[in-house]
Amino acid sequence: MLVLEKNNLTEEIELFASQYDFHRTALMPLLEYIQEKYHHIPDFAQQEVARVLDIHPVEVYGVISFYSFLNDQPKGRNIVRLCRTIICDMAGKCQIEQAIERELGLKFGETSKDQKITLEFTNCLGMCDQGPAMIVNDRVYTKLDPEKACAILKEIK
Amino acid sequence: MHNDIVNTIHESSLLFSNYEAGSGIKKALEMGRDDILFELKASKLKGRGGAGFPTSTKWMLVAAATGADKFIICNADEGEPGTFKDRVLLMNAPFLILDGMVVGGYTVGAAHGYIYLRGEYVYMRQFLEDCLNEMREKNLLGNNICGKEGFNFDISIVMGAGAYVCGEETALIESLEGQRGEPRNRPPYPVNTGLCGAPTTVNNVETLAAVPHIILMGGEKYAERGTSASSGSKLFSISGDCEKPGVYELNWGITINELLAKVGAYNTKAVQVGGASGICIPKSKFDRKLAYEDVATGGSIMIFNESRKMLHVLKNFMEFFVEESCGQCTPCRIGNQKLLEGVEMIEKNQYTFAHINNLKELGETMKVASKCGLGQSSPNPFLSILEDFKEEIFHAKSDGVYK
Ligand SMILES: Cc1cc2nc3c(=O)[nH]c(=O)nc-3n(C[C@H](O)[C@H](O)[C@H](O)COP(=O)(O)O)c2cc1C
Ligand code: SF4
Repeated sequence: MLVLEKNNLTEEIELFASQYDFHRTALMPLLEYIQEKYHHIPDFAQQEVARVLDIHPVEVYGVISFYSFLNDQPKGRNIVRLCRTIICDMAGKCQIEQAIERELGLKFGETSKDQKITLEFTNCLGMCDQGPAMIVNDRVYTKLDPEKACAILKEIK
Repeated sequence: MHNDIVNTIHESSLLFSNYEAGSGIKKALEMGRDDILFELKASKLKGRGGAGFPTSTKWMLVAAATGADKFIICNADEGEPGTFKDRVLLMNAPFLILDGMVVGGYTVGAAHGYIYLRGEYVYMRQFLEDCLNEMREKNLLGNNICGKEGFNFDISIVMGAGAYVCGEETALIESLEGQRGEPRNRPPYPVNTGLCGAPTTVNNVETLAAVPHIILMGGEKYAERGTSASSGSKLFSISGDCEKPGVYELNWGITINELLAKVGAYNTKAVQVGGASGICIPKSKFDRKLAYEDVATGGSIMIFNESRKMLHVLKNFMEFFVEESCGQCTPCRIGNQKLLEGVEMIEKNQYTFAHINNLKELGETMKVASKCGLGQSSPNPFLSILEDFKEEIFHAKSDGVYK
């Protein structure tokens, strides 16, 4: 990170935490905010969050490592999460998984070299009545078939 | 909203019926706190999140607890596989839930409420924020709500980040405090020592949605529905092998057979009631009732027809628990891995019955030795599927296909 970027990030973190009176309850919303903006929570941000909230950096890391939606390592700009729970599985999750892997030349669990896309599995998305389902970033897609799923992923930038 | 989600409600008797936003709050504010608790008690409403604790008792405990701050939390973490009724409620009847929270805040003496919304539902966030703003404009949130001197209450939304265990109420509280979502020892219970040490009531979305109706229609009238031990109606999330999956609002006490007929399920081999942590009911027991006194459930109903392999279903559930165990206590962290390994051994035909029996004992141990409900209930599918489907699983031909 450039010095300028670092200064910006510090300012953002301070501003955000001030809305919570620098209380620890700010931690989760703050991490989610950083994650959304930078697609992961870099070391520098962890240190700054810890300093601003007056807790140990390891506490921040501990929280990040607990939640599957928070990452300390860079991921793709777009995160695809395909539901792996039994009902979506019965509705054809495997066919979709294979079609996506073939189409993108990327396996589930991996991030593309250009950092454009990360493929992941996730547990029940609460769309069991209209599976198979996946979330791309925040958006939910339901009643997928292999063709539809690949077409959706072709569209993303 | 730019999603292609369809909210299918097949049957609704109460929750999705016409409700004028704010009317429950207005009526409640005319009543005393004791009157509200009395109506709730008469309604015999029990928690819809799975555990089935009487809501009136929970609120009474928080109301009676001493503390400068008190909180009410709406548990919208809905992570149990096969459950989606809270999603439909949040999207189709948001004011019912929010009004229920305001009534709850008034009853227990809380000034702030939180909605803990699972990360996967982030697409709803703006919609819910808009609803909250609408309520603020109408003075249904804010200071001196509806002219009630001294009643100040507001609600904020906090997002989860993809951890099933955060649906457990003490883990949820930890998460709100900015900690890892690891369940706490109970006691102390949240009603005494909850969020930031303050008395806190955690209620499921559906429980809160029932409250305004109970206030408007009276507790006794509400209790006329259902059975004597399970009053009122329940939302069931129906998925799997059936013609009409979706949400059904039905009175407690319906048998599994009746339910299957309603949803158009044929050739049904098994029904998983209560999600991954629930139990698997085989065909021979389809006359059992869905009610707290028989098969209790948070509403997840997954239907499997004759073509499904139950071992595959079980493996899927055990993988889920291995992934979602918070890892804090050994019976659950290691136990679930061992159970999954057992399932994989059966799959590969590399098991001994002696080992399987050991694993069943391990499952029984996990039920008593685990710290929270996740580890206490995760052996349920293992034990019930291996018992009720032993012919299919252990008499299978060597290629693993049941013939
Ligand atoms: C592992 C685990 C996950 C849970 N997930 C949820 C959930 O997603 N939603 C929910 O309302 N309750 C969930 N619960 C139950 C809560 O701990 C708690 O009992 C419930 O929110 C209380 O609300 P109620 O009394 O209205 O049911 C879960 C419990 C456990 C042990
Ligand atoms: S039972 Fe499992 S989820 Fe619960 S505290 Fe123990 S390890 Fe964590």
